[in-house]
Amino acid sequence: MLVSLNWLKQYVDLGSETPESLADKITKTGIEVEGIEYVSEKLNHVVVGYVESCEKHPDADKLNVTIVNVGTETIQIVCGAPNVKAGQHVIVAKVGAVLPGNFKIKKAKLRGVESNGMICSLQELGVKEQFVPKDLADGIFVFDEEVEVGRDVTSYLNLDDAILELGLTPNRSDALSMLGVAYEVAAILNEKVQLPNVSYNTSTKRASELVNVEVEAKEDNPYYGAFVAKNITIKASPLWMRNYLMAAGIRPINNVVDITNYVLLEYGQPLHAFDLDKFGSNQIVVRRAEAEEKFKTLDEEVRTLNAEHLVITNGERPHALAGVMGGFESEVSETTRTILLEAAYFDGKRVRQAVKDHGLRSESSTRFEKGVDPNRVKKAGFRALHLLEKYADATICQGVSEYDALDYEEKDVVITTERINERLGTTISDDEIIVILNKLQFNYTQSGSSFTVHVPTRRQDITIFEDMLEEVARIYGYDHLDYTLPEGGQFAGKLTERQALKRFVKQVMEGAGLSEAITYSLTTTERATRLVAPDIKVKAVSPVRLAMPMSEEHSTLRLSILPELLAVASYNQARKEKDIALYEIGTVFVSDEKEVTKQPKELNRLSGVMQGAWLSHPFQQEQKSVDFYVAKGIVETLIERLGVDVQFTKADIDGMHPGRTAEIFANNQSIGFIGQVHPTLAKTYDLKEIYVFDLDLEYLYDAVDVEPRFVQIPRFPSMSRDIALVMDGVTPSGEVLSTIKSAAGEHLYSVHVFDVYQGDNLPEGKKSLAFNLRYLDPTRTLTDEEVEASYMHVLEAVKARHGAVLRA
Amino acid sequence: MQEKLHALKEEALTKVAQAEDLKALEAVRVGYLGKKGPMTEVLRGMGKLSPEERPVVGELANKVREAITTALEEKKQRFEADVLNTQLKTETIDVTLPGRPVNLGGPHLLTSIVTEIEDLFIGMGFDIKEGPEVETDYYNFEALNLPKDHPARDMQDSFYITEELLLRTHTSPVQARTMGEYRGNKPVKMICPGKVYRRDTDDATHSHQFTQVEGLYVDKNVRMSDLKGVLNQFAKQFFGEEREIRLRPSFFPFTEPSVEMDISCKVCHGKGCSVCKQTGWIEILGGGMVHPDVLKMAGYDPEIYSGFAFGMGPERIAMLKYGVDDIRHFYTNDQRFLTQYHKA
Repeated sequence: MLVSLNWLKQYVDLGSETPESLADKITKTGIEVEGIEYVSEKLNHVVVGYVESCEKHPDADKLNVTIVNVGTETIQIVCGAPNVKAGQHVIVAKVGAVLPGNFKIKKAKLRGVESNGMICSLQELGVKEQFVPKDLADGIFVFDEEVEVGRDVTSYLNLDDAILELGLTPNRSDALSMLGVAYEVAAILNEKVQLPNVSYNTSTKRASELVNVEVEAKEDNPYYGAFVAKNITIKASPLWMRNYLMAAGIRPINNVVDITNYVLLEYGQPLHAFDLDKFGSNQIVVRRAEAEEKFKTLDEEVRTLNAEHLVITNGERPHALAGVMGGFESEVSETTRTILLEAAYFDGKRVRQAVKDHGLRSESSTRFEKGVDPNRVKKAGFRALHLLEKYADATICQGVSEYDALDYEEKDVVITTERINERLGTTISDDEIIVILNKLQFNYTQSGSSFTVHVPTRRQDITIFEDMLEEVARIYGYDHLDYTLPEGGQFAGKLTERQALKRFVKQVMEGAGLSEAITYSLTTTERATRLVAPDIKVKAVSPVRLAMPMSEEHSTLRLSILPELLAVASYNQARKEKDIALYEIGTVFVSDEKEVTKQPKELNRLSGVMQGAWLSHPFQQEQKSVDFYVAKGIVETLIERLGVDVQFTKADIDGMHPGRTAEIFANNQSIGFIGQVHPTLAKTYDLKEIYVFDLDLEYLYDAVDVEPRFVQIPRFPSMSRDIALVMDGVTPSGEVLSTIKSAAGEHLYSVHVFDVYQGDNLPEGKKSLAFNLRYLDPTRTLTDEEVEASYMHVLEAVKARHGAVLRA
Repeated sequence: MQEKLHALKEEALTKVAQAEDLKALEAVRVGYLGKKGPMTEVLRGMGKLSPEERPVVGELANKVREAITTALEEKKQRFEADVLNTQLKTETIDVTLPGRPVNLGGPHLLTSIVTEIEDLFIGMGFDIKEGPEVETDYYNFEALNLPKDHPARDMQDSFYITEELLLRTHTSPVQARTMGEYRGNKPVKMICPGKVYRRDTDDATHSHQFTQVEGLYVDKNVRMSDLKGVLNQFAKQFFGEEREIRLRPSFFPFTEPSVEMDISCKVCHGKGCSVCKQTGWIEILGGGMVHPDVLKMAGYDPEIYSGFAFGMGPERIAMLKYGVDDIRHFYTNDQRFLTQYHKA
């Protein structure tokens, strides 16, 4: 809502407030002032001039030489505007004037003819192009009413005005009118509101003799009033009105249209004027549109309506889409003599539906959608008639032809001083409450410390105690509330076990050299189904898609974080950031339905991508690139720290390198995978050798087994044995390791691979794996014989299970 | 005998002094103190001495032996030190060359901010609650006093999946869920951080996905001044002791009265500058007293219980606190951006 302060002053005394001080007060009290705009800069030497004569320039077709009376003198001005004529009152910037944009007016010679000033357009004074009436857009401004020659134009053109831009929250639709703003400002400044003049003379003819109103859709239209004004002269509206409309961002058209717009802004009540002579009947019928009913709106578009839309008809065909836009057929034009003025209350839902279906949001529809003040509907009609009589020479017919089932009741809300103070933490007195209610201009009935507030209908947002609590608090001033801390029992806050574990996982990842990334949950359908972990794949029937995505790019909820991280890797690589180590903890969205009807499961995953240099210290010849084992080491370290037992198994997963991918199992349950991205998929991201991992955090969080109990540090020495075995090259070391673990007996303390060899001195297709076994008994020193016996057991077992023999 | 010992001592000490390396020194030791050396010989001859002479000569012999041993030891240490020094000299490296870097990652800036907010509120006794990102229309809107045709739903155009399911537009449904879980008879003191989604075209200041941290406190006799006090404490801890807060009336369907909180501008301290658009204040969060309908729907009697709620956007806070100029940076994950915020 744009609020002209000059206009606002018509209703409330602003005292010595500057635009800035007033804006600050309004903001603090409840309506945010988002900006202050001045119509023009302060102008000097810009006055009203009278064009005494206007002759063609001897040497230039498009220029005129004018003699202009500027009050104190008569000066010659060369003017290029096509619409300049003798006998006009115009805006003259005299020599010495400085126009917006630091445009200095000096004495000049134009094609040899002396010019001592400039005749101006509104734009040249700083008025925005879109607010300038169309017929004046290409030329100078011409005064069409009586003005005093030689006087400063500022007041005539409202150039000293400041416009406040109010950012209205949805509840404050009362401030969608100048009067509403006036009440707000009056409450802030403790002033009274001066209401506009709504009186007019009437002819003997009654409106009800000329039109009959019938409302069929009673729910949608509890009030419909039709006034009639005859003998209308269509012309420009008064300059002051045009100025205020322009200040409010509305382009002036003609007196009738301007008056309806002016009253809309003044009262917040939309009005519509029909040309009664073109209405085609004397019967107004308000009804729902029929299916496929056609209607041409004033913008000359033919609209197809349906039963969800409310229309104003002449008994046969629509003349307006209620509250949204009038019809082309009965539009007010130059020739209009009689108008039918509609002042009505349309239900917000009906109007919103039409706005939505036809994409027609307007100043009118916005107000109906939010709900207008029942007590201003008819008053706005009166106000418009007052203005029509004055500025359109109208003869007003008596009375109004109406349908009226509107609720005009003021709602009562009871407040008590005690409860106000209890909720605000204040010590406001009864007297202060009274002062606040008076400032708001709310009537009330007092009984001790209890007040029954009769909330005026302009404030439809106030219906319960808490609404009044806010009114009291904001007029009292949020600044005046104390700073207190809750008095309720203090209980300690704490992370849940899962939340703490999540932080732990992040620490491990970051300690291992990975940086955290956060990507979008919404992706393309194609990407959503890429690199989906086997454990997710079996659960997800199909990815969850938005009903109406804004773009395919963000249309589907992800089933894996990896495709997004690969896109991030690709982005970084394209910017020469080739060494990548990123992880993300986030949810994937798993639905077990083909057509989603219930919330998908949101499962926490830990995903990572790595490529490029891992270790780089060139002058020491240390250079190591990320490979499978770098990535696996990180995953193993995390899982080991979480105290979970897992097995890695070679796996074939879509989008992954068939020879360099492992699926991870815990308790025979798949909990993720790790490996190199298939080069074909990597290529679609412009990536080459990149490694990824993806883990089921839901499982890991639940499986965590790290009870911190003390274990005696071994007091007896461990014994160590190395064993080198030759076996088929394809035998997975993990399986051999498992065999060793189960065969070695209870004293095996640890076992790990320390050498892998294939090549010279070994038969084709064979490899050698060397293991180090450590034995320990915490209660005593083991004997050589015991260790030897275990060692022999191991040899037998690996031979039996894997055909592995001791390397010669 | 005594003269002989004296002479031996002099002779040995001279040889020690003349020895030029460890090997020569060892030869001296073997030559004089070894089994076949003169000292042993002298001591062997002790038996021939009279009982009176024996202790005198014995003591002298020990002294001589000690003197030679000490001299040998001192010289040996000097030689060893020389050897070590020579070795150390050859081991000298360029200590100004860089060390081998340790691979250390770090958290995303948004996570750092959320974690800091979480920890501040945990310190004030709040718990952290989480909830689903795909929400039901009921929890996202209706339970928060936004019935189906409420005009305020326009404020946050949403991503619907079905008529009843959508991507949550705020983390407030977690509040409604938590209150429901506590069944209306237990105080609620929680914050809920998380991802939220709105139908916005991504640009420098809009993102279809962003982060929110919301808080809720419901108990008997919670006052609006408590909201002011708690937010003030948070603002001072998070933004700095010198920052002031200001509450302004606002509107949210789930709170009444509603507030918007500004903090004084860090740059101009309230005087007005380009950072705060000349107002002296920067908008940080919204909040208010929980609407009685919201309490009622969650099973809390608004006659007995009252509460406050608030919410803020970590992206906006990060942008203000660190001058990040484009919200898309948070989701592009340029490593050069991510690593800027890994320092202590």
